[in-house]
Amino acid sequence: MTRAVIQALLSHWRVHRLQLATLLIGIALATGLWSAVQAVNAEARASYERANDQLAFGQYDELRNPSGMIPISRYVDLRRAGWQVAAVLEGSLQIGERRLQVLGVDMVTYPTLPAVTQVEQSATPPNPADMLTAPGRLLAAPSVQKLLRDHPHLPPVLPTDALPPDLILTDIGVAETLLNKPGQISRLIVLPNQPQSVQPLSDIAPELELTRASARIDTAQLTDSFHLNLTAFGLLSFAVGLFIVHGTVGLAFAQRRAMIRTLRALGVSMQQLVWMITIELALLALIGGLLGLVLGFFLAGALLPDVAATLRGLYSAPVDGQITLHPHWALSGLAMALAGTLLASGHALFRLSRMPLLTGAGLQAWRGATSGNRVIPLAGVFLIAGGIVISYLFDGLIFGFAMVAGILTGSALLLPVLLSLVISAFQRWTQSPVAQWVWADMRAQLPGLSLALMALLLALAANIGVGTMVSSFRLTFTGWLDQRLTSEVYVTAPDSELGQEIAQWLTPRVTAVLPIRSAELMHETGPLFLYGVIDDQTYRQKWPLIASTKDDWDRVFAGKAVLINEQLARRSNLWPGDFLTLAPDHTLTIAGVYSDYGNPTGQAIVSMAQLDQIAPGAEARRFGIRVAPDRASELAQDIRDRFELPRHAVVQQATMKAQSLAVFEKTFVVTSALNILTLGVAGFAILTSLLTLWTQRLPQIAPVWALGLTRAQLARLEVLRSVLLATLTAVLALPLGLVLAWALLAVVNVQAFGWRLPMYLFPADWIYLFALTLVAAFVAAALPALRLLRLPPADLLKVFANER
Amino acid sequence: MLLRIDQIQKSYPGGRPVLRDVSLTLDQGETLALTGESGCGKSTLLNLAAALDSFDGGEITLDGVPLSTLDDSGRADLRRHRVSLVFQQFNLIPSLTVEQNLSFHARLAGCHDTGWSTHLADRLGLSDLLARYPENLSGGQQQRVAIGRAMAARPKLLLADEPTGNLDETASANVLDLMLALVAETGAALLLVTHSQDIAARLDRCVHLSGGHIT
Amino acid sequence: MNVKLWLLCVCLLLPETLRAQGYAGLGGSADGFDVPQPGYQFEFPRDHGPHPSFRIEWWYLTANLKGDDGRDYGIQWTLFRSALKPMESEGWQSPQLWMGHAAVTTPDAHYFAERLSRGGIGQAGVTAQPFEAWIDEWHMRGPDPNTLSLAASGDQFEYNLTLNAKTPFVFHGDAGFSVKSTDGQASYYYAQPFYTVKGVLHLPEGDVPVTGQGWLDREWSSQPLAADQSGWDWFSLSFDDGDKLMAFRLRGARGDFTAATWINADGSATPLPDGSVSLAPLKTAHVADRDVPVLWRVTLPDQDLDVEVSALTPNAWMAARFEYWEGPVTITGSHSGRGYLEMTGY
Repeated sequence: MTRAVIQALLSHWRVHRLQLATLLIGIALATGLWSAVQAVNAEARASYERANDQLAFGQYDELRNPSGMIPISRYVDLRRAGWQVAAVLEGSLQIGERRLQVLGVDMVTYPTLPAVTQVEQSATPPNPADMLTAPGRLLAAPSVQKLLRDHPHLPPVLPTDALPPDLILTDIGVAETLLNKPGQISRLIVLPNQPQSVQPLSDIAPELELTRASARIDTAQLTDSFHLNLTAFGLLSFAVGLFIVHGTVGLAFAQRRAMIRTLRALGVSMQQLVWMITIELALLALIGGLLGLVLGFFLAGALLPDVAATLRGLYSAPVDGQITLHPHWALSGLAMALAGTLLASGHALFRLSRMPLLTGAGLQAWRGATSGNRVIPLAGVFLIAGGIVISYLFDGLIFGFAMVAGILTGSALLLPVLLSLVISAFQRWTQSPVAQWVWADMRAQLPGLSLALMALLLALAANIGVGTMVSSFRLTFTGWLDQRLTSEVYVTAPDSELGQEIAQWLTPRVTAVLPIRSAELMHETGPLFLYGVIDDQTYRQKWPLIASTKDDWDRVFAGKAVLINEQLARRSNLWPGDFLTLAPDHTLTIAGVYSDYGNPTGQAIVSMAQLDQIAPGAEARRFGIRVAPDRASELAQDIRDRFELPRHAVVQQATMKAQSLAVFEKTFVVTSALNILTLGVAGFAILTSLLTLWTQRLPQIAPVWALGLTRAQLARLEVLRSVLLATLTAVLALPLGLVLAWALLAVVNVQAFGWRLPMYLFPADWIYLFALTLVAAFVAAALPALRLLRLPPADLLKVFANER
Repeated sequence: MLLRIDQIQKSYPGGRPVLRDVSLTLDQGETLALTGESGCGKSTLLNLAAALDSFDGGEITLDGVPLSTLDDSGRADLRRHRVSLVFQQFNLIPSLTVEQNLSFHARLAGCHDTGWSTHLADRLGLSDLLARYPENLSGGQQQRVAIGRAMAARPKLLLADEPTGNLDETASANVLDLMLALVAETGAALLLVTHSQDIAARLDRCVHLSGGHIT
Repeated sequence: MNVKLWLLCVCLLLPETLRAQGYAGLGGSADGFDVPQPGYQFEFPRDHGPHPSFRIEWWYLTANLKGDDGRDYGIQWTLFRSALKPMESEGWQSPQLWMGHAAVTTPDAHYFAERLSRGGIGQAGVTAQPFEAWIDEWHMRGPDPNTLSLAASGDQFEYNLTLNAKTPFVFHGDAGFSVKSTDGQASYYYAQPFYTVKGVLHLPEGDVPVTGQGWLDREWSSQPLAADQSGWDWFSLSFDDGDKLMAFRLRGARGDFTAATWINADGSATPLPDGSVSLAPLKTAHVADRDVPVLWRVTLPDQDLDVEVSALTPNAWMAARFEYWEGPVTITGSHSGRGYLEMTGY
């Protein structure tokens, strides 16, 4: 019997092939977008973890000098006082277009790294003498090895896949030559197994600060917000995909009511039927999920390079540009497909299980019960209110997203009611019978279309919101770049000595030479970069302050005050008038806060004299040069020629801006891609809804046709109706999108990056999006309309036939 | 001559002939019953007369217009302005109220007359139901709305397909009475498809359709 | 496996190469390095200091101690130098690598620590005048090697000791030229076996004031083992009557090679050639996954010596980057006394 029942149930899909395809595509889209984001996130996280393992990051306490580097003599002092520490020298190396991180560790005392083990166990292990003595050996990923092959002045490279991309591991003795930092140590890691009694740090090296491994912000934490961002978008796409599933399953169930009634009449129990249908749904979910995984895999592969670029650019987080398949990723994707499908079908399944044996088989009953439901709009109001309350009560990125999610879903649930109200108003206002009918019919169609329209609303709001955020950000960022990159030429000398020489040579030739010197300090919120500036009109006139005080620059140049960047201000809640401690016994008043979109770390500006005091010996290799713009190119070339500097060491303002903008654009490439995909899915949801509503349309259309409208007119009206509904939804999506943009700019961005951005409106973008929406609605309605146009009158006449 | 059906031929899509050389005429103000067995083609003939469907041979002339010369929009125009239809299933527009349904056809035809509509609503006993939607009406009420909708456009020809087929006896008699009265009042012609000899007897003439022929 | 492992440098300490190249690569060739020659004239204090042109060198101090709790203790303090190249230079890239080993052995426990460093930066090294050998905070220093303060610590122990000796140094082999194989591999080798030791051991169970006697070995070479030699057993025995015996056996595929020095209580020494002394394991114990002899019979007919030497505890395993057994022993038989035993290559 079971077999017969299964055959009967499955026969439905044989007849409704398009419906089956729609259902599978819905599941596949939902699973695919979600899985892609998951894969991207997992890959990035795995990269950090790999890097941490590979480099023993984050496992040990560390000693740092807040005001700069540590001399070797300090290391020996500590060692001779019993401190078991290992020296690390870090820096970056520009190789052509790539910027590589160099990690120099004392290979003799540093904990064994996997890369070293791998190299030593290779078929041709290097001689230890080669590793530890000049010229030394570099360990790097094979891709980096290829890159370095053309640089004969570098030590030989040993390939290992146990290192993150863009990193060179070498002995500290090699690194100090490579980075031109002789005798310097960036940090000391405190090894496990310290001897029984060691002298306190304050007796030996009072200038060093001990950071516990647990207290350090690691890459994973730093990038958490970015990943949360992606996850939120993944979830949104997933939800939009589920709308399709919900609609299709609902219709399929309604269409199968007659069959189910017959089966029950023939003695199949409801329980059996519900089980079989559940299993059927599970199977469909698995098939759709598998398709989704394939989709997700390729999508992730397409997205990952940009994500990797973003993470590298924004957080210096090491990420490989390649997706690898993990079984648990596939499993969780399938689980998500299964859970999502059952969630989206739960309602239909529940109603099916409650269906009395003798209830009518029609679609009207199915449709009727969905409309007029008061619970849904109430839930919508509740969700919006909840979202707003949460954002008032709690701080944090999660709550920011909770607010956004509450407002979005709440508004989506309110959409049918709002649309119905708007349509009623139009209906009252119109005179022509056809128009009246169009509006009335549109309202009657709402329940069947509402899910697709909700999906469209979400997609549009997300597009407007994210688009506004990105565009606002871009506008702010370019404005900020103009203020910040004021010098016409930027020079980076290989060392401080040559730097001084260049500066001296330049001084009589240009308007101003502005040294760019900095030192990395430790602040309780993480690393803090301290910059020293000399008194120059450039700063006074152009520096982008978002909070200032009277005489701010005067006080800074007088060595009495400090300027801090927005990230530090927001993270530590420090504002003008507060104090910032830069070194023990060195506290300055905060005179102002400047916007800074370069990176998420804290930054402060003091006078050059103060910098020398706090961090003596901060290198003086970089300069900004103020010169008449028309002389910039010539000057840049002169500097290159005279001091034999490579091209990238002397950069003109325009190039610098272009590079900065390129990094910026990459940051949002993924977000935009997900956005467009979500809109596409929503468009598909409309199409599937219209197709599923098709069978219900004929009884509505036939009488009007009989009363004197042509099929062409009716087809046009069908398209018009779809476009009108989409338009109305888009109009409602606009304010929602702006609320979303505000939330992203004022709440989420502050939490994620530490900066708050002004919101700008871009009506041209909205018009473009509107047009896109109308096109989507037109395309979605075109297929059913075409079907109507080609419909033989005989099919319409069947509606009137007596034997129905 | 309002309606002239001349040697009409019509086959179903499968090729099975339904109507073979059917001819009949209907004068202004005349009422004609079309009877026959189930499936004899009487509804098909009605649909052809209403310009809802096209025929394979012969000609139908309605109010001087030969239907074979009309394209899709011409036929729609004809339906809008010259004929009205009443179906067994009522076929009201579910998304419109009773009032909107009543005036829909007349407004479509551009001949809406508020006084006439009010009068019709009164005559049909619908005055209290104007704000309701079709799904909230009984079958008899729905069919009265359908008749109202048909008559509101002051058609020259009313085509009714088993208008009482879905109604009980009382409602049936009531609906038929009202329809005949309104037809008489407006001077329209009526072509009514029925399988009931009793109903057919109440009309001016009766034609019986069998095996695709008038008998 | 790691760079550190190469540290004992003399060469790579890969287990596979062990048998082929002698224990800890000590059987490697001496390319570029100086090689000990017979007839070398020692010069002090210079020769207390390092000899960078030789591949390997050590300052090796062991002491048998008695605590005021009446228990026997042993300590070890060793600084190894090994050179990647026969030269010294300033900074990280110095080819001189240093390794410190320190241990405290009690009748029921063995505490051990290891330190690594490279030369050129001051973290570890040896100066001859005043004498100081150090790595990290561990040190062995004094105005001269006969007057020393000694300190070392690990995560479980620490000790601070003073050492005094009055007798001159004892030269092993042919006036300090100590032959290690029939092929002629040799090292420069002298010792101070007559320290009196005083100080405190800081142990997990508490502080223990101790007194006793100590023994310093100084040895350097570039290729002290023959290629077939896989390890050695080395004894430093102090008898109750004041006489002492240094004896070693180098185990080789082509047969063992033994050598010894009989040291009278007055410091006069008699070198004893290959075959003079017999060192025979009697019993093994399972330590660190291998069988190590912990009871020996030592016979030296010349001196009517026939004793059993047994480990204070079998657990004196040095789980360092290259592993060996090093611990105090007690002597019974024709003579009685205490001493130290080192066994490598097991």
